[in-house]
Amino acid sequence: MESPAEIIQHTAGGAIGLSWLMIVLPLLGALILLVLNRRTDRWGHLLGVAMSLASFVVAVLAFVELLGLGEAERRQAVHLYEFIPGMVDMGLLIDPLSISFALLITGVGSLIHIYSIGYMSHDPDRRRFFAYLNLFVAAMLLLVLSDNYVGLFIGWEGVGLASYLLIGFWQFKPSAAVAAKKAFVVNRVGDLGLLVGMFIVWTSFGTLAFADLGTKVGTASDGTLTAIGLLFLLGACGKSAQLPLQSWLLDAMEGPTPVSALIHAATMVTAGVYLVVRSGGFFFPEGSPQALAVAIVGAATLLAGAIIGCAKDDIKKGLAGSTMSQIGYMMLGAGLGPVGYAFAIGHLITHGFFKANMFLGAGSVMHGMNDEVNMRKYGGLRKHMPITFVTFLVGYLAIIGFPLLSGYFTKDGIIETAVHHQPVLGWLAVLGAGLTGFYMSRMVFMTFFGEKRWDKDAHPHESPAVMTWPLIILSIGSLFLGGYLILSNRLMLWLSPAVGRPEVLPEFHFLSTPGLATLGLVAVGAAFAWMRYGRATVPVVAPRGSFLTTFARRDLYGDAINESLLMRPGQWLTRFAVYFDNRGIDGLVNGLAAGIGGSSGRLRRLQTGFARTYALSILIGAALVTGALLLVGNI
Amino acid sequence: MNNTIVAPTIEYGTLAPLLLIFGAAIVGVLVEAFAPRYLRKAMQVPITLLSIAGAFALVILQVVSGDVPTTPVAMGALAVDGPSLFIWGVILVLSFVCVLLINDEGHFVASAAAVPGSADEEEAERSGSAHTEVYPLALFAIGGMLLFPAANDLLTMFVGLEVMSLPLYLLCGLARRRRLLSQEASMKYFLLGAFSSAFFLYGTAMIYGYAGTVSFAGISQAMATGALLDPLLLLGFSLLAVGLLFKLGAAPFQAWKPDVYQGAPTPITALMASGTLVAAVGALLRVFWAGLGNLDWNWRPVIWVIAALTMIVGSILAITQTDIKRMLAYSSIAHAGFLLVGVVATSSTAAGNAISMQAILFYLLVYGLATVGAFAVVTLVRDPGGEANHLSRWAGLGKRSPILAGVFAFFLLAFAGIPLTSGFFGKYAVFTAALASGREAGDSLGAWMTGLVVVGVVASAIAAFFYVRVIVLMFFNEPAADGPSIAIPSTGTVAVISIAMLVTVGVGVFPEPVLQLAHNAAAGLFIR
Repeated sequence: MESPAEIIQHTAGGAIGLSWLMIVLPLLGALILLVLNRRTDRWGHLLGVAMSLASFVVAVLAFVELLGLGEAERRQAVHLYEFIPGMVDMGLLIDPLSISFALLITGVGSLIHIYSIGYMSHDPDRRRFFAYLNLFVAAMLLLVLSDNYVGLFIGWEGVGLASYLLIGFWQFKPSAAVAAKKAFVVNRVGDLGLLVGMFIVWTSFGTLAFADLGTKVGTASDGTLTAIGLLFLLGACGKSAQLPLQSWLLDAMEGPTPVSALIHAATMVTAGVYLVVRSGGFFFPEGSPQALAVAIVGAATLLAGAIIGCAKDDIKKGLAGSTMSQIGYMMLGAGLGPVGYAFAIGHLITHGFFKANMFLGAGSVMHGMNDEVNMRKYGGLRKHMPITFVTFLVGYLAIIGFPLLSGYFTKDGIIETAVHHQPVLGWLAVLGAGLTGFYMSRMVFMTFFGEKRWDKDAHPHESPAVMTWPLIILSIGSLFLGGYLILSNRLMLWLSPAVGRPEVLPEFHFLSTPGLATLGLVAVGAAFAWMRYGRATVPVVAPRGSFLTTFARRDLYGDAINESLLMRPGQWLTRFAVYFDNRGIDGLVNGLAAGIGGSSGRLRRLQTGFARTYALSILIGAALVTGALLLVGNI
Repeated sequence: MNNTIVAPTIEYGTLAPLLLIFGAAIVGVLVEAFAPRYLRKAMQVPITLLSIAGAFALVILQVVSGDVPTTPVAMGALAVDGPSLFIWGVILVLSFVCVLLINDEGHFVASAAAVPGSADEEEAERSGSAHTEVYPLALFAIGGMLLFPAANDLLTMFVGLEVMSLPLYLLCGLARRRRLLSQEASMKYFLLGAFSSAFFLYGTAMIYGYAGTVSFAGISQAMATGALLDPLLLLGFSLLAVGLLFKLGAAPFQAWKPDVYQGAPTPITALMASGTLVAAVGALLRVFWAGLGNLDWNWRPVIWVIAALTMIVGSILAITQTDIKRMLAYSSIAHAGFLLVGVVATSSTAAGNAISMQAILFYLLVYGLATVGAFAVVTLVRDPGGEANHLSRWAGLGKRSPILAGVFAFFLLAFAGIPLTSGFFGKYAVFTAALASGREAGDSLGAWMTGLVVVGVVASAIAAFFYVRVIVLMFFNEPAADGPSIAIPSTGTVAVISIAMLVTVGVGVFPEPVLQLAHNAAAGLFIR
């Protein structure tokens, strides 16, 4: 395998030297909108869009500049300033991997900003919404552009905060507030993993900078690397909603739909994949147990997400299950080592397009249907929303891997590589593709085909141009991007300075056994969906369904597992602690606090308010100091 | 025997900041004496602000020109070295923003001589008269703060101490609301302050008895040649230490702080919590490091204990406070403890000492500004009868006034030392210096320094509890139906809060420039 290029200090200035503007501009936008508050109500959304677009322009300029450099010079570190003296230098790393993310985040992000102008036009708090979106873009860019783990972590927490604020944006809905809290708490578990992993990195190698780690990781034992890798995987599972930390993503759909598209489909949830790929060269060597764990988690999640997607009647939750599943594919690819990185990142990029496309399409449908999300109350919408229908259809064909569309190339790349390197996981991924064919077809048939099952007051209509244009642009990406990236290994060659590449470049086979099997299963799934939901009448009230349906509807009992494994024992533990504490046994969780509080109360009595008492305490103190000094002097 | 009196040489250029402040204070007194009543405030405000800004500009000029003297000035009475200039700059910035707070209406009593609740008081309030003496008094106090840490002999230091303290005693008693509490605070502060000054003076006498001189140069020379375990020296030193630790508010000499901070008008509390603390730490450092540095084998274990005690007492007692100003007072005590950790962190090499000094100087700047900002917020949360200082009145503030509560929460996080605030780097710098000091071969405290850092971290954790509790109170509790009103802040107060906020955030994200500044100031250490 060819290893990544050296990271070199950038000195030339230019767009790369100014790349910090990418982060600062949206951050500034967020600050202005939050500080000036209601005063920006009239133009706040425009500022938000402008800042995001400006950031995109900088990203494109930096990308062009990077293209002009030789392959060996394509990893440019831009030093900004010394952050924690002697420990962390804050800087940005502009390399093919980070700039690809930056383009995706700012590009798709800007489209979603524009779409939100229309989607949120009736919301009195639209300005605040744009402030949070801008904050998110800034934090996400810090996450992917930082040249060290501390900056990455700050961005990581920043996107968590933005996600929390945006899921709970309609906080007057209790379900939204609860979902926001759940996302925050579940992510905390993952963040702890990342943090502890970083501690181990620091103590083992004395650095957290990517540039220095490359040379130092060779000195560590396999055990250390495995520990770091597994802890980072835990962090990635939290952020990317992989098993066992997947439960928050479905609830996160309580947020406004553009948020689901931007944060919970296209960008933030892929941060885990970024973390694994970025750390791949350091902590996930090919064939190591931690890399295998990544692949297994990915394969398990891609199946779990697909199963959940099969049973959901809520269009957004169906898409959320699908997001889980698709990120599972990326994780599987990332777990295969350098041979899979390009496909994982490729799928990440195309998924960013077609999933954002479909989420925004779902938002457009909801916009025309009085915010109804239940697909059983849709039906026959293709005539009323032609643009939404066509663009959604493109996204749908892309995700199921219809030949020659974006998803076909990237997903097939992952499946084929997986079948070669981890046959069991690879065939599971083939099975997952079949499920994808079923649940996505089900969604399309229930929404756009069949007879009308609308509520009486529903008057579906096409959305305004400010919402449909982003859909059209995204669907163009869903059509062609995958082929462009994968054929002749363009993406792999482009990324190789950042992540390395295998010795022998893979060839894309249009006719391979796993590929044909995938296509066959997808066709079967789609046909089955057509029989159940296209041709047959869809009942408006969901039938009870089999055991398997219930299993899937309940998110595979993810919440029940969390509750019985974590929440209830936690509650028992606290009750236990309180019980013991009440019995006067200190030292348990509450005891320490009680002890401190108690001593505080006791000490407080010394504070009598009388000057004479204070003077006495000074005198005693003086005597003690004098005594101590004489004593120390005479030892 | 030559009986002619030699005129002292005074380096006017070097001392210009000091002279400007005292000169302006005297002009202020003249204004009080000769200007008509209605003109006084209009004259005092520009005199005060301009003189402070001018003095700051002179300090900057001196630093930029690289003209930092390497020998004491004014016949050896004052040492205007790097640390002094840095401390002067910090004090001048802090006092400038405090004067902006003082300038706000409604903090000071209309007529201090009127008995609280009497007809005289009502009369004075109705006539709208005000004590514009506050400005020259503040200027004298600020002048004292500048003199105190720059003094190069014990007598000059004592003069600085008194010039700083006497106006403050008076200012503490001038609160417009809750006047009895304010007068009580003033009286207590005066009595205890006088008591501790006596310790300081007695200690000076003892040291003179040992060394035959009060200048730091002379004292350290005497210690280099004479016996180190002379009881006279040890006694003198401990009494000096008591006087200094009192001003700093270190345990067990901290009892005055909560009462005085609570009673004093909030702008004066801000001045004491920031300016006085900075000056006291500067003076303490100079006595311990420059004057009696040779004795560190003896004083370090003692200050070790006091630092640990101060951190713990401050953090623990803060938990049960129900008054926001008292809570901030205990927080200030805890921070005095963190600063003492830096004082104990001496090294056998000049470079090592410079690192500890840099940490302390940096800490002083960031803590001082966050403190002034926090007290500025306190002045804005008001009940009909004045400031709403009871913590229960702050419940739900985040819902009524999210920006103000957010800013206050940020200052609290800075006090707690959460990363991305300036407070984090303050603590980080001091603790790193302490660890480095303990790791030196042959250090008298050795592993004990690590222990002190552990105590510091534990105290920080306890302190974080009560800071976060206030945040929870502000954001997660329902606001009271008759909750306090938020005063519309004047331009001055807005400026104070914005400056404090900008520095707290700015230094939290980009600590490097300020650290570099502190590094340059600390590099030359103290001269004597």
